[in-house]
Amino acid sequence: MHDFGEAFRAAFRLLVGLDPDLLEIIGLSLRMTFSAALIAALLGLPAGAALALLRFPGRHALIVLVNALMGLPPVVLGLVLYLLLSRAGPLGVLGLLFTPTAMIIAQTCLILPIITALTRQVIEDLSREYDEQLRSLGASVVRSIGTLLWDGRSSLVTGILAGFGRAAGEVGSIMIVGGNIDHFTRTMTTAMVLETSRGNFALSLGLGAVLMALALGVNAAAALLKETAQRAQG
Amino acid sequence: MRADLPILPLVLEDVVYEARGVRLIDRLNFAIEAGPRTIILGPNGAGKSLTLRLCHGLIQPSSGRVEWRGPGARGARRRQAMVFQRPVMLRRSAAANIDYALSLAGLERRTRARRVEEALERTGLSLLARRPARVLSGGEQQRLALARAWALGPDVVFLDEPTASLDPAATRAVEDIVNAFHNSGAKIVMTTQDLGQARRLADEVIFLHRGRMLERESAERFFSAPASPEARAFVRGELLW
Repeated sequence: MHDFGEAFRAAFRLLVGLDPDLLEIIGLSLRMTFSAALIAALLGLPAGAALALLRFPGRHALIVLVNALMGLPPVVLGLVLYLLLSRAGPLGVLGLLFTPTAMIIAQTCLILPIITALTRQVIEDLSREYDEQLRSLGASVVRSIGTLLWDGRSSLVTGILAGFGRAAGEVGSIMIVGGNIDHFTRTMTTAMVLETSRGNFALSLGLGAVLMALALGVNAAAALLKETAQRAQG
Repeated sequence: MRADLPILPLVLEDVVYEARGVRLIDRLNFAIEAGPRTIILGPNGAGKSLTLRLCHGLIQPSSGRVEWRGPGARGARRRQAMVFQRPVMLRRSAAANIDYALSLAGLERRTRARRVEEALERTGLSLLARRPARVLSGGEQQRLALARAWALGPDVVFLDEPTASLDPAATRAVEDIVNAFHNSGAKIVMTTQDLGQARRLADEVIFLHRGRMLERESAERFFSAPASPEARAFVRGELLW
């Protein structure tokens, strides 16, 4: 298997042959990352907007914290979640450790600061322009948040996709809380770690190609979206 | 809407506005009555925009009072509109920008559609109704801001140097709409540092200099015989700061 070309050919055969194991792994990965991005967006968009618009004691500290959490090392997050979710931990009764749910929780935690911080920045910038006009028209805070989120939509979608991208390629936290169990919590990245250590480069390369395509697709979509939105709305 | 009890006069009593220890507005005392087009005139940094924002309630005075004293004063908040120097347009169509303002004012969908159409027609923007507002030209955007204010049917319209960055043709269009507002019975309170514009539009002038009101006169008297040396210099077109 040390023949590089041979590994590539095997990877290609797996992909073209729609190998069921491969598809299962890809399916779980996508399901997990989409869920995490969706949940993080549902929480992060309003949280970021609130952080941008509301004034309360500790706001600045919270902003610094959220920004710092963007660089949270996944293995550290994985470890903390492991301790929380393990049998003896405070959330042990839920029985979530080594399940896809645990992995979705981990990835949500990872993406949430990214989406929150980016939303805060976008909404704060936009608010500086809109604030007086919205107040002049008599908009309530809740209505203003909705309006600003909608008007910042193209930048915000880019932020959500950035979060999605980070989660899709992440391995540290989901390896720890998911356990990389075959047919249950094995994802593209955890499988690649395992197969590479076993010397099974074909599967690793195949999965690597899918991940790269995904990353490229997401970024292309983000760029395209932003461009068309800007051309349409100015 | 104007059938309701009047909200004017608007009275400013000893209004002071300070920011970071600097006194930007110094003891303003005046009342704005219904009727004449009031032009707040003065050089850059005189405090014209701040005065307008204080009147409209966008900022609160550091001390002193800003009060609506008409019998309908309780509803004053919703019966005034402001047009800013740089129009703020939402990322949606021209028509939707007006509709948004009307929905904030609590109007029903059916009434809104008719009012949007009317306002666009009054301002000559009907053909641009479906265009995204932010790709319109500066002059068109300002007309749209005026249309948005028009649709609300306010008793008082505050305008903050609405033509400051517009070419003569667009300025003319804006001034025509301002006059249409006036003729419909709305009270105009507008700032400008353009002397020509003040001569064209003013019925009365409030002259500000360095945060203080130096004169309050009918336009005729102000332009023919300004009392203060600062106003005389300004009217002669000399540089004043």
